Amino acid sequence: MNSMIFKKKTPLLVFLIPAFLFMTLFLYYPFVMNVYNSFSNITGLGTAAQGLNQPWYQNYVQLFQDPIMATAVKNTLLLMVLTIIFQVGIALILALLIDNIKKGTQFFRTVYFFPIVISATALGLLFNLIFLYDGGMVNQLLMKFGATEAIDWKDETHYFFTMLFPVMWQYVGFYFVILVTGLNNISPDIYEAAEIDGAGGFKRVRYITLPLLHNVLCTCLTLAITGALKVFDLPWVMMGAGMPMDMSWLTGTYMYNQTFTMGDVDYGSTIAIVIVVLGVVISQLASRIFKEKEY
Amino acid sequence: MQSAKEAILLEQVPAKRRFKPGKIVIYFFLSIWALSTIYPFVWVILNSFKRKGLIRSDSFSIPFGDRFTLENYTTAFDRVDILGAYKNSLIISSVVTVAVIVLAGLAAYGLTRYRFRGREFLHGLVIASMMFPVFSTIIPVFRMMFRWHIVNTQNVGLSQLSVILPQIAGNLSFAIVVLMGFIRGLSIDLEEAAYLEGYNVFQIFFQVILPIAKPSFATVAIFTFLWSYNDLFTQMFFLRYKDSFTITRLLNEITSIAGVNYGLMAAAVVLVVIPVLIVYVLLQKNIIKGLTVGAVKG
Repeated sequence: MNSMIFKKKTPLLVFLIPAFLFMTLFLYYPFVMNVYNSFSNITGLGTAAQGLNQPWYQNYVQLFQDPIMATAVKNTLLLMVLTIIFQVGIALILALLIDNIKKGTQFFRTVYFFPIVISATALGLLFNLIFLYDGGMVNQLLMKFGATEAIDWKDETHYFFTMLFPVMWQYVGFYFVILVTGLNNISPDIYEAAEIDGAGGFKRVRYITLPLLHNVLCTCLTLAITGALKVFDLPWVMMGAGMPMDMSWLTGTYMYNQTFTMGDVDYGSTIAIVIVVLGVVISQLASRIFKEKEY
Repeated sequence: MQSAKEAILLEQVPAKRRFKPGKIVIYFFLSIWALSTIYPFVWVILNSFKRKGLIRSDSFSIPFGDRFTLENYTTAFDRVDILGAYKNSLIISSVVTVAVIVLAGLAAYGLTRYRFRGREFLHGLVIASMMFPVFSTIIPVFRMMFRWHIVNTQNVGLSQLSVILPQIAGNLSFAIVVLMGFIRGLSIDLEEAAYLEGYNVFQIFFQVILPIAKPSFATVAIFTFLWSYNDLFTQMFFLRYKDSFTITRLLNEITSIAGVNYGLMAAAVVLVVIPVLIVYVLLQKNIIKGLTVGAVKG
């Protein structure tokens, strides 16, 4: 903008300083400080650091020797892959279906999106009731259909599904709304041209809709990757401290546990850095593989 | 002749319209997912009104006649300070929302309209901070505020402040990105007209931009409020004493209080969900529209 209004630059300070002061104090400074903390020896959240670790990279050695950390990273990556496949996949199917109808689209949108605005804590308790061993909703339903034994949804064989399902279910509507917006941006002319050329049904989806949705799908992918690394509330409420037998830890819940329950604050900081690095590396990799395209 | 044929063809195509693989099948699948998102909430609301134990033996029935009770709710209000928790939630989330709107609005306007050195850099910083997970900043923030003596204190006001400050910072970048997208789309003519009338740049911001940008500000406000209300992680870090508990934080505590009283748990879930449900039904258009702007641009 080259307007006269913005020639004088002093008001700019009033516009920018408050917000950036906040972000510097509560985001940028702590972010840098967190890296430093990961090399220090801190035994309590409120206590001063007792110098650097001996050797200074000790926490990073510990990362690789800690079997629970390996479990947490493995679970988080698995959760990431499965949420991408199921969240974005189901959302895509629903979006392609809704693109064919006129009546009721507003209703479906509203209903699908609703779980996202609900606190994951409430959903965690809700799913605890649903997957309850002794008389939960699912087990009652299974009994009605003739099952003789109740399933313990939090045992060694079922825990991952029980943890994954609510996370996946909650965010389908989020990707659905993004994908529907992307579909609405595709001009009907293109479909009509395709129809003249004899491309209908699945061919149309495969050769026209999906390629045109490419960039929107890339956005969904990035959001799903960073989203999976941020998951905390639901697994924390449902699985507590890594049950069963330290099998269900995720990087986020493990970081909280190390910091608060174990009091190993510097190791907690180190786990936080792992979360950042995973996020940056994986989303970069994904954007290399699925490059955004210009049309 | 040829062109006439084409014209007829073109006219016929729209009549055929898009491919339709049996509307009923489509509605069937869409409804299944809709049922999956609605039914759990209906189920928990119904069960919160049922007599003790029925949730575990007879959870699909309608609470009517001798099945019906308000006991779960009276217990909830007796055992824990639900109203106090609502009040704490309302205070924290309202302050966060107002602060985010004002700070982000100012910053977004400055970043969009002014041309200055370092603009690209600041814009990059805003985008980058959207990638910072809360895990990577929360420990130093805690330690900093501990030195300021505003965490680990019985003082309710200070405890609230210790959640408010990091939540403001955490929501700013999203808000700035969404608002920049909106302000960029506004024609500058109005602002120039106001300038010629003798308005200064702050009057232009508050009296011209704010009124036009109301829908975008509303979206940002709703989202900030909901995120702040729902954010368990920050609240668990900073709220240590019962008096300062928010409704979400209290809910996390209820599991241990309720034990095997699952009816009480159902009532607690409903108490947290109902305010959000009301807000959502009233404002859902703003919520969904605004989200896509933020997500796709971000």
